[in-house]
Amino acid sequence: MPAVNQIEAPFIDTLKEILSPERVLTSAEDIVPYSFDGTAALKQRPGAVVFPLTAEEVSECVKLARRNNVPVVTRGSGTGLSGGSVPLSGCLVICLVKMDKLIEVDEKNLTLRAQSGVITKEIDDAAAKVGLFYPPDPGSMKISTIGGNVAENSGGLRGLKYGVTRDYVMGIEVVLPDGTLTFLGNKCVKDVAGYSMKDLFIGSEGTLGIITEVILKVLPRPKARKTMLALYDSMDAAAKTISAIIAAKIIPCTLEFLDRVTVQCVEDYAKIGLPTDVEALVLMETDGHPVVVEEEAAQMMALAKANGARDVRAAADEAEGAKLAAARRNAFSALARVRPTTILEDVTVPRSELATMVAFIDSVAKKHKLQIGTFGHLGDGNLHPTFLTNERDHEEMHRIEIALEEIVDETIRLGGTVTGEHGVGLAKKAFLKRQLGEGSFELMRSIKQALDPQGLLNPGKIFDPRN
Amino acid sequence: MPSANLLKSIDYSVLQQCMHCGMCLPTCPTYVETKLERNSPRGRISLMRAVADGELEVSKALSDEMYYCLGCLACQTACPAGVNYAELFETARAEVEQAQVNDGMQRDFWRWLSLNVIFMRPWLLRLIGRVLRIYQSTGLEKLMRKVHFFGLMPSSLKKLEPQTPMIAEKFSDDLIWPEEVPQQSKGYRVGLLTGCIQDLAFSNINRDTADVLLANGCEVITPRSQSCCGSLHAHNGELELARELARRQIDSFDLENVDAIITNAGGCGSHLKTYGHMLHDDPFYAEKGKQWDKKVKDIHEWLVQIRFRKPTAGAGVGEVTYHESCHLCHGQKVVSQPRQILNSIPGLVFKELPESNWCCGSAGIYNITQPEQSQKLLDRKVANLRQAGAPVVATSNPGCHLQIANGLRACGSHPCHEVTQPVTLLAQAYRAESSAEATS
Repeated sequence: MPAVNQIEAPFIDTLKEILSPERVLTSAEDIVPYSFDGTAALKQRPGAVVFPLTAEEVSECVKLARRNNVPVVTRGSGTGLSGGSVPLSGCLVICLVKMDKLIEVDEKNLTLRAQSGVITKEIDDAAAKVGLFYPPDPGSMKISTIGGNVAENSGGLRGLKYGVTRDYVMGIEVVLPDGTLTFLGNKCVKDVAGYSMKDLFIGSEGTLGIITEVILKVLPRPKARKTMLALYDSMDAAAKTISAIIAAKIIPCTLEFLDRVTVQCVEDYAKIGLPTDVEALVLMETDGHPVVVEEEAAQMMALAKANGARDVRAAADEAEGAKLAAARRNAFSALARVRPTTILEDVTVPRSELATMVAFIDSVAKKHKLQIGTFGHLGDGNLHPTFLTNERDHEEMHRIEIALEEIVDETIRLGGTVTGEHGVGLAKKAFLKRQLGEGSFELMRSIKQALDPQGLLNPGKIFDPRN
Repeated sequence: MPSANLLKSIDYSVLQQCMHCGMCLPTCPTYVETKLERNSPRGRISLMRAVADGELEVSKALSDEMYYCLGCLACQTACPAGVNYAELFETARAEVEQAQVNDGMQRDFWRWLSLNVIFMRPWLLRLIGRVLRIYQSTGLEKLMRKVHFFGLMPSSLKKLEPQTPMIAEKFSDDLIWPEEVPQQSKGYRVGLLTGCIQDLAFSNINRDTADVLLANGCEVITPRSQSCCGSLHAHNGELELARELARRQIDSFDLENVDAIITNAGGCGSHLKTYGHMLHDDPFYAEKGKQWDKKVKDIHEWLVQIRFRKPTAGAGVGEVTYHESCHLCHGQKVVSQPRQILNSIPGLVFKELPESNWCCGSAGIYNITQPEQSQKLLDRKVANLRQAGAPVVATSNPGCHLQIANGLRACGSHPCHEVTQPVTLLAQAYRAESSAEATS
């Protein structure tokens, strides 16, 4: 890694001139709380944290950092789960939460324009006010920023039917590593003018540029939604149901599952009357035109029964739907309470391999005597094996490392990916090359090298720089 | 006094339980105000953990942060991992008090006078109450205001002076017999907590509480001259005094012979339910504390648990909205019961309050220690009450009751013009039944 500098007093003074003194934090009490994001067991104290209000201010900060060779880590609300916004020791953190202006909802073009620091849920709320819909719904949408979602290409529960963040980004304003401010994309549905540069920055985890503004695509809001719950004695039966539903040309908006360990934890915690001897609990939802929704829901329930569901229930209305969804909604909370440290993974396999993968994870847990609860998105093969542990128990943490290695190997063997929606960051760095192979791994590094030769932006995330 | 490093000596897993996912941020009134991590629950926990790990000194800045926190516990409702923030925050405040980073003769004096003297002595508190009542009811208060006497006080105190609660004419002991027996017993025998501020300013609500208990077949035992429950002390870093008050409170009831200990103040109830934990290493009180925790019930919780009788007469009100005391909803998770009670009253039209569980800024003595932030939250509450549009708001904590009443009074014209409590409305409805019977 090229030698980088720590922050010094004159640098701080200039930052205060560019911004204003109260938007530059340096005292221990102010910056300790920026030492981490939502990822377990990763922590490093930055040198300073700054809060720009405009893209121009971001650009000035980047130029200054470049002149002083100080690494920069961009941060939104710090809810990431792969360490993407964990600082480097002594670096400059550019926190975008105060760039929170929702600029425009364009009903004629079905687009929405916002600064990076706008909260994801506020994007969808603004769309909903005029009958529109922003589908990506990552678990942290009540607090995550849209800029962070774009930088990490976040997923959510609606992936199968509606896709992920990338599918809704039409344009982005970016500050490049040399401080250049540029806009990539526009409001046009069709646009083939040169390389699709915006796509390079979506999911780049703050390593190529700092996204300061976004233009998003929005959809008409579905008029109806129906929620169903199915319980299974085997994960295979659950997986077969999903295949049957898709073969019947139905694309549900939600197909979520909880494995046995997770169902037991949910019942221990929330006491909602779930049987604790089921192998899989599946939450299904379909949305769209009311008549179609009714028809599809009836078909989905019939297919669930035909494929061996022990019990299938449908909600009569939204309130009952919320009750059925309670198990899924409580899944992570229930798991997180069991032990002091919760490590949430997001390996993803092709949908057809999901049952195999869940069974494999179960066997790994038994073999290494670990507590792993698995839940996730049945429709898109995105799993969340959740390790329940204590980071102070080094021996157990070591066993988790081995277990994770085995899970990653099996994922890759099944044609999957080490991360479906959390990003590589620091947490998945070790596995990236294994998945990508030499060629595409080096291609990625070449791009980083070309755009950020100084290694200024979020260095050491995704991969280590070339020497 | 135990030695310093309280944060180092608490169970580390309580600190570790925070996985810094950030789900608390949008529910934290101070974070939403500043968008700075140190003003958020996970930020504060990271500071506490840094102290416990020896990576951060206990400083004035740390103290300021711990006192900027409202202690509303909205984060506990949002937390997926079940972090016990209440314990962490009380320990952190005790830590900064022990480290004496807040030196200042004046602050020390007022803390000592209120926490160590007045709120430890129920007779003295009530004596002060009596004197204040005379001052308020003889016209002396009006006279002082007229001659601008308070112009001499520092501006922060001057703003607070009109917020002094109106002291009740009679306190609970004058209104409630030590033992009251229902006309038709259902076999329940309950203890009634009368509180300290509640007793001075809202003794009528204690009477209402006794009445609804009697109307539901409960025998009511009300010990005389009750002490403060200690929540004031625990929230202000005086854990030893809080323990002393907990022991005293436990001793004032015959625990074996009551089915429940009833509290009607959200803030007190939340603290009262932690005696077991506070006294867990006290050889004599550990067991009693556990038993106590099991028996303490918020009045709404208890009424719903015993399937309270729906009144047949109304309470003389139409539209009513409901503000949730933080420590009732976030601290005790009593959310649906007060609404069930309001909805049971004939003729009452219940209207939800937007952001009903967002702190009103009262937060114990926060309106005294942090008047600026407190006012912002009060303004937000008053605006939400305007949106709800109901003429009456019910709440169930003396602090919220006073704060909201002050906020509504200050804004002159407002659709909402009455602050009351669910038990008061229920008691009124029961009373209306008997007067209806009498006239027929």
